[in-house]
Amino acid sequence: MNLEQRPGNWIILLSFGFSLLLSIMPLPSWATLWRPDWISMILIYWAISIPQRIGIAAGWGIGILQDVLSDSLLGQHALSLSLIAYFAIRFHRRINLLPIWQQTLAVALLIAFGQLLNAWIQGLIGHPQPGATIFYPAISGLFFWPWLYLVLKDICQTYSTL
Amino acid sequence: MKPLFTQGPYPFLKITFFTLISVTLMVIDYHWDYLKNLRMHLLTVVYPAQYIVNLPVKTGQWLTMSLRTQQQLLEENNRLHEHNLRLQVALQKLQDLEGENERLRHLLGASIKTGERVRVAEVLAVELDPFRRKIIINKGKKDDVFEGQPLLDAQGVIGQIDNVGEISSTAILITDTTHQLPVQVVRTGLQTVAKGMGSTNRLALLYLPNTGINANIKVGDLLVTSGLGGKFPAGYPVGTVIEVNPDISQPYAQVHANPKALLERNREVLLVWKQNETNPPPSTDQYSQP
Repeated sequence: MNLEQRPGNWIILLSFGFSLLLSIMPLPSWATLWRPDWISMILIYWAISIPQRIGIAAGWGIGILQDVLSDSLLGQHALSLSLIAYFAIRFHRRINLLPIWQQTLAVALLIAFGQLLNAWIQGLIGHPQPGATIFYPAISGLFFWPWLYLVLKDICQTYSTL
Repeated sequence: MKPLFTQGPYPFLKITFFTLISVTLMVIDYHWDYLKNLRMHLLTVVYPAQYIVNLPVKTGQWLTMSLRTQQQLLEENNRLHEHNLRLQVALQKLQDLEGENERLRHLLGASIKTGERVRVAEVLAVELDPFRRKIIINKGKKDDVFEGQPLLDAQGVIGQIDNVGEISSTAILITDTTHQLPVQVVRTGLQTVAKGMGSTNRLALLYLPNTGINANIKVGDLLVTSGLGGKFPAGYPVGTVIEVNPDISQPYAQVHANPKALLERNREVLLVWKQNETNPPPSTDQYSQP
């Protein structure tokens, strides 16, 4: 069970650092809209496996950094990520018990919710609405979540035994 | 052993608190400038991330540079030398014209002529929001970059500085939907506003009435900055007109232009400082024009 594990803080920091790098990595132009929402996925992973340590406050802090990196309104990603963290913590027992494919759907739903919130805030301040393309990161998340989940779980198990 | 309370105390209270803070921050950031300073410091904090992401691109450039043969370098040197000679001949003519222009202005008693100082900045290979048109450059407050500063490349206007950090800054391109630039048609002197459309290579020209549109503007006309609004120096090329559609069902005609600058394809951009003739440009400039 993940709850007993106490992976070092540096694993958590490193994973968030990597997700921030991946979120600004240049991609070929056809792939930019499909860029998986790495930051949300990493946050959801930690929030459902160690909810007593990574939660709303951590999500908010990472969100502020993402706001500065992507030059959006200060607080926009902070709001969506803290809400994602809240829902992940609220339902972490249920999500942990789900089989991996149902878990993937739940994660995609959370990412889609975050994207929708971001698009709504952008629309409120008068930016054009990009339409259904905002849900592409949730769809690509469907493919990446199982791998991410297994790899991170493996890393945690390896290092918590040290 | 599984702990009984795994989610910390009062998650609902906590999320309400952070939601309120986020909304307050967004409202302040949208309406006022109080958070500019905070954002400047945070930009410095995240600069290592931008630097690391940019590193592979930089290494690639360095590798192609160092793997060139001497023969290739000599050829390139010759080509650049020839190009430089041709530019210098053109410059002689320009200096003559500038002197004449100044004399005429003096005769007319016209306003003080302002010069510009130019400096090269590098565009970081980093991606921002895919629905906005923005770039990050590697110059910041320590290089005297300021908010609203014009950015050019060798072909024309690129955009202006949006947020200034200590060592890097974000710039908004003329093709972003929130950007509007006062321009002028060179051939007829017609004034209009070029608004970004969110795509990489299209500008919309606003407020052009349907009547008389064919005489005032046509496909192929060159647009330059008009200097109105005071942010951009006058006379820099912006784009060429590619589409003129008089539309009598709308109050204004639909006119589109193609930006001159190589937007989002350039690795180097030029920062422009306006200055009066009284204070000469500092000697640290890489390039300056009187």
